[in-house]
Amino acid sequence: MKFSSNPLLSRVLPAWRARLVLILLLGGFVALIGRSLYLQSFRNDFLQQKGESRYARVIEVSATRGRVSDRNGDVLAISTPVKSIWAIPEDAKLSPAQARHLAALLGMDVRELNRKLTTDSDFVFIKRQIAPDVAERVAALNLPGIQQQREYRRYYPAGDIAAHVLGFTGAEDAGQEGIELAYDNVLAGRPGSRRVIKDRRGQIVEDVASIKAPQDGKDLTLSLDGKIQYLAYASLKQAVAEHKAKAGGIVVLDVKTGEILALANLPTYNPNNRFGLVGAQLRNRALTDTFEPGSTLKPFTAALALEKGKVRFDTLIQTAPGHLTIGSATIHDAHVHGMLTVAQVIQKSSNVGAAKIALSLPAEDMWQMFDALGFGNPLHFGFPGEVGGRLRPVKSWKPIEQATMAYGHGISVTLMQMARAYMVFARDGDLLPLTLTKLDAPPLVGKTVFSAQTAHEVRAMLEMAVQPGGTAPKAQIAGYRVAGKTGTAHKLESGSYAQKFVASFVGFAPATDPRLVVAVMIDEPSGAGYYGGDVAAPAFARVMAGSLRALGVPPDSDLHPLLVANKEDAAVKEDM
Amino acid sequence: MARLTFVLAIATLVCAIGTVAANHHARKLFTELEREQGRMRDLEVEWGQLQLEQSTWAGHARIEKIARERLHLQAPKSSQIIALDALAPSNPANTVAPR
Repeated sequence: MKFSSNPLLSRVLPAWRARLVLILLLGGFVALIGRSLYLQSFRNDFLQQKGESRYARVIEVSATRGRVSDRNGDVLAISTPVKSIWAIPEDAKLSPAQARHLAALLGMDVRELNRKLTTDSDFVFIKRQIAPDVAERVAALNLPGIQQQREYRRYYPAGDIAAHVLGFTGAEDAGQEGIELAYDNVLAGRPGSRRVIKDRRGQIVEDVASIKAPQDGKDLTLSLDGKIQYLAYASLKQAVAEHKAKAGGIVVLDVKTGEILALANLPTYNPNNRFGLVGAQLRNRALTDTFEPGSTLKPFTAALALEKGKVRFDTLIQTAPGHLTIGSATIHDAHVHGMLTVAQVIQKSSNVGAAKIALSLPAEDMWQMFDALGFGNPLHFGFPGEVGGRLRPVKSWKPIEQATMAYGHGISVTLMQMARAYMVFARDGDLLPLTLTKLDAPPLVGKTVFSAQTAHEVRAMLEMAVQPGGTAPKAQIAGYRVAGKTGTAHKLESGSYAQKFVASFVGFAPATDPRLVVAVMIDEPSGAGYYGGDVAAPAFARVMAGSLRALGVPPDSDLHPLLVANKEDAAVKEDM
Repeated sequence: MARLTFVLAIATLVCAIGTVAANHHARKLFTELEREQGRMRDLEVEWGQLQLEQSTWAGHARIEKIARERLHLQAPKSSQIIALDALAPSNPANTVAPR
């Protein structure tokens, strides 16, 4: 049958049916247009976002913490990625054999592992900060529910040697002590993030935008010299052990630049082992602990008197009968010396002589000098617990106090302040600011405290103190002329002086053109001797000799020194 | 007229395929860049670990221990040191002919 002969065609349908279909179709179109208008204009942002989230990802970009190195570029602190092993306890169903294997790999007890895996929480760290090769072996076990996470761990290759300078960081890689804290904003890296497009296989195919650029921490070059630091640490350790001391500190300064070449304290700690990092071992004693310096302060009294023209190098001072009464208090010398020149007062360390010199000076001048030398003011390295020592206002000084301050009592300083103050004699009477970071252009001239003439005269006196007839022949070094001063101070305990001592020695070499200042402080030596000349001076000599050799400083004297330290009569015991 | 339309249509097609190809190429290059940057990070990490290893092996405490205990080295005594005057003509170091 043909299509045209279909009888249905001949039926006439009512016109409204065609119109109805037309209207329905039109209505459908209008609805579609309306919907698309709505989606395109009103809901556009939302939909774009939804679409993007299907393929775009924001990923974190980690930044590393800066390295810390010494002045020769040897690394002292470095962050390197490690893995932390964590688990979802619910998913981690390990067989006893698997658990044993995992525990053995991680070096932990199986019972501890099982205890961690049976906790209720959703997330538990099994072991943090393990070496990458161990992490790889753990990953190879392919255990269910055991995951890894990348973290940074900070290593300190020098260990306890430079612990106090460097400090350490906490678990989140933020500085907690020392340089790590003081320079945290320089060293710390700032992680960034960026938006990328990933394909089906998870590969990044396009960089959409960098939301926040990551910023790696900057590397820091310290003024420390690794070799000298080690030498200082080892010598201090030896001295503290030999004299059964409670604590000790040592500082090495570069006279020409004001850079700190070494700073070590005992007791110390190993910053690589964060377990049990508490208590006294953390204290950076050279900066945070003050002590009454004792006789090491005498040269400043003499310098001020020279500067003010009150005395000359060879002015005679009567120190007999070996004691001096001011008000109700009496100052003693351990030995009666009789008439001494100013130089001999320093050489033989006479308290009476120093007190007499001080009493010829106005108290204001002494205070001004101490203040100019930096006593009483913190050094502001940014280390926690830095102190400035105690220098009382001049108005409250009594004559007896002025006299005792002349030989270093009634005033308290830190070892670093003491070392810095000696720079005025090692230089031509000026004082440089100290720095812990390596300087490209050291300041040429510092703040003038004394004239060059005074500095040279005191330097000659300090040389005499190390020679036979002085208090510290043990500070001599073969090949170099040494200048320095011993100090042996009674310790203040709850307001009165105890039979405990702080032995110290501060000196510099070579005396003709000083390069280094070394200050040694030994707290409560309880062995055979307690005098600065016996306890601290040998450590000074070891460090100074080794450092000068390491720096290649040409010798300025005969290689065979006048070492007479072993002869009992030669060494003069200083006064307290 | 029809011919022009045909030519333009072909040109559009070629352009479209070219865009797709360029985009694909860009993505491939980008993946490569990503890979190399990853490698750079890995190498940096390795460098850090090597630096760490070096300073551990070359630690002054370790060197001193080996020098003293294994190699039996010691610092020269002052009597064993001879100082040469750099400027003196009698100094043998000054008379050595330059090589």
